[in-house]
Amino acid sequence: MDRIPILRMGEFLLVTIQVDMHDQLALTLQDDLTAEIQRRGSKGVLIDISALEMVDSFMGRMIANISAMARILDAETVVVGMRPAVAITLVELGLSLPGVHTALDVERGMQRLRGRLGRTDVGDGHHQN
Amino acid sequence: MAITRTERVPLRAEQDIVLARQGVRRLAQELGFGIVDQTKIVTAASELARNAIIYGGGGEMRWETLNEGSRRGLRLHFVDQGPGIPDLERAMTDGWTSGTGMGLGLSGAKRLVNEFEIETAVGRGTRVTITRWK
Repeated sequence: MDRIPILRMGEFLLVTIQVDMHDQLALTLQDDLTAEIQRRGSKGVLIDISALEMVDSFMGRMIANISAMARILDAETVVVGMRPAVAITLVELGLSLPGVHTALDVERGMQRLRGRLGRTDVGDGHHQN
Repeated sequence: MAITRTERVPLRAEQDIVLARQGVRRLAQELGFGIVDQTKIVTAASELARNAIIYGGGGEMRWETLNEGSRRGLRLHFVDQGPGIPDLERAMTDGWTSGTGMGLGLSGAKRLVNEFEIETAVGRGTRVTITRWK
């Protein structure tokens, strides 16, 4: 079955969505990611959607759900890399993703997660050995 | 107004939503739509294709490219033979859903296009037609 890979970067998880997701793939990601947060005790999730050419209400809901589920599991989610045309369309569609943290790119998203955790020494790849 | 090209795309399974999106993207690009306009019509198509499959029990999308004077447009028809929508006014309201969605499908799609028409008959099905002009 198709799956979107979840990468571990220190205490954070990184998901890069690179395909035009069908609905089941989005639901599978939701399940996989929450399981991975629990298994790894991850404190932060970065979802990179820079490759996505559109986000409809189903995907928007999936993103909002992941963010809410992660929060309940004590992890912060930051959605990064949304294209301007996608942002314009989402808001006109009526979906402003309340409660979902965003950043312009992965680096800024990482900074945001580190800032929220109140430390600077995690998730930079030096602790993975 | 002249219809320059037309084609049908089946909407049977969830994967067909992806195919419908990709087809609409390609057409919008061929018509020279800007990136925001492309994104809007593709997103509207995704919402309506999903509606036709999930609520309408499947159907088809028919697309037409249009010429009217100097302007060009893309018109999409989403047709299903499902249960129809008993209370159309309510179904067009933001946040109202009969299923598991967010209730933004119809009302949201309408905001993303220049023209929006819906015909529905209980027990017979629903047809939604959207047009975006360049």
